[in-house]
Amino acid sequence: MNFTLKIWRQKDAKSQGAFETYQVNDISADTSFLEMMDILNNNLIHEGKEPVAFDHDCREGICGMCSMHINGHAHGPSQAVTTCQMYMRKFKDGSTITIEPWRSAAFPVIRDLVVDRGAYDKILQAGGFISVRTNSVPDGNAIPIPKADADESMDAAACVGCGACAATCKNGSAMLFVAARVSSLAKLPQGRVEGARRAKAMVAKMDELGFGNCTNTGACQAQCPKSISIAHIARLNREFLAAKLKD
Amino acid sequence: MGCFLTNSSVGKKLVMSISGCFLVLFILFHMSMNLTMIFSREGYNLICEFLGANWYALAGTALLAAGVLVHFVYAFILTINNYRARGKQRYAVTVQEKGVSWASKNMLVLGMIVILGLGLHLVHFWSKMQLVEVAGCEYATLTLDGVTATAHPANGALLMAFTFSKWYNVVIYLLWFAALWFHLTHGVWSMFQTAGFANDTWYPRLKCLANIVATLIFLGFAIVVVVCYFKSGEYFTEMANWHPAH
Repeated sequence: MNFTLKIWRQKDAKSQGAFETYQVNDISADTSFLEMMDILNNNLIHEGKEPVAFDHDCREGICGMCSMHINGHAHGPSQAVTTCQMYMRKFKDGSTITIEPWRSAAFPVIRDLVVDRGAYDKILQAGGFISVRTNSVPDGNAIPIPKADADESMDAAACVGCGACAATCKNGSAMLFVAARVSSLAKLPQGRVEGARRAKAMVAKMDELGFGNCTNTGACQAQCPKSISIAHIARLNREFLAAKLKD
Repeated sequence: MGCFLTNSSVGKKLVMSISGCFLVLFILFHMSMNLTMIFSREGYNLICEFLGANWYALAGTALLAAGVLVHFVYAFILTINNYRARGKQRYAVTVQEKGVSWASKNMLVLGMIVILGLGLHLVHFWSKMQLVEVAGCEYATLTLDGVTATAHPANGALLMAFTFSKWYNVVIYLLWFAALWFHLTHGVWSMFQTAGFANDTWYPRLKCLANIVATLIFLGFAIVVVVCYFKSGEYFTEMANWHPAH
């Protein structure tokens, strides 16, 4: 398969970026999107040009490092997968693919397709944890947890923190990410204890870092590679409002 | 506690949700009141007379104006925040995501159309009814098809017949109701989500409820306007010599 790639190139955070067009030929349909990017970079290096910088790590859809806004979709047009899990058979032979970095004021571009997602780490540091005594591993069944609660918590915990939600949202809102973290802990007895403090701290940090306000469009859940539901946002709203009303 | 409604994103959204809910309830009341017009012009005027410029109607109007103002001001504050959060650099390619309604992404524009329509509506009716009573202005004189009548502030039926005898007013009001329909299809279920009363089981139900409420409101208002257009002459003559009982 042959593709024309329109890729955002930007030297560093302070430089003005622009699209550049590249051609990749003889790509197997079973090549993953990131492998296709590797082939392009290999070609560029052979031609003595600067390769395209892009984030990636596990290439198994679990680390949340890969990003890229491909043809208008965060992580590309495939449903419920990260960029690394998408294959070139998803695209039409001979088509043009536009690749952009995440666009959000809270995710500044560092270089080409790489953005700084440190803002998500800061939100996590504000309250996305439980305070427990570190000691020997506790018995997994010591605290009985209803199956439905455990399932819901796990669904929320599937969030890989890739940033697709804020990158997709027309308001640059990080609510789906924050909601997934708050929800996954709120549904478990260990996390319940600090539920109110967590919701308040994480929302406050999210607002402080300049993320936008959720207007319930649902675009985030449509583009989330882990299909996190906006029902978790409703739970975050409940947790936050209940905590504030108790103050 | 008071400040989270002004300084947190979730709190500001709650203000939008509660003020929106209040406005929806008012609109439902207004629509029910309007429907009386089809069955009895006298009955409709009785309601106008009951409301008029009494203290409770004035207090209601002030509360309503405050509701509209809060909803409007917060919409702008939130939208400016959101615009900044999106960043200066926009995507070159965008798509309409699956399951994302057009209305949900255009609430501000739809709201602005609703506000513009509201302004015109106030000029057409409120300025000739409650305002006349409060300010003690002279009653307007209206002429339709050779019949001349003095518009008493409680003669809402006459004003309706006169206003909707003009086809362009009918078109403008129908467009206004259509914008409101789109606004409510997202707004009604969204207010539950923002207040935290939603989950995956309830999304289809809440969205269905939103569509029903929006459609009821559209039809309820539209039917009165259309009927008034076709029967404007008849209604105008009927109410030309009407005087309040009290």
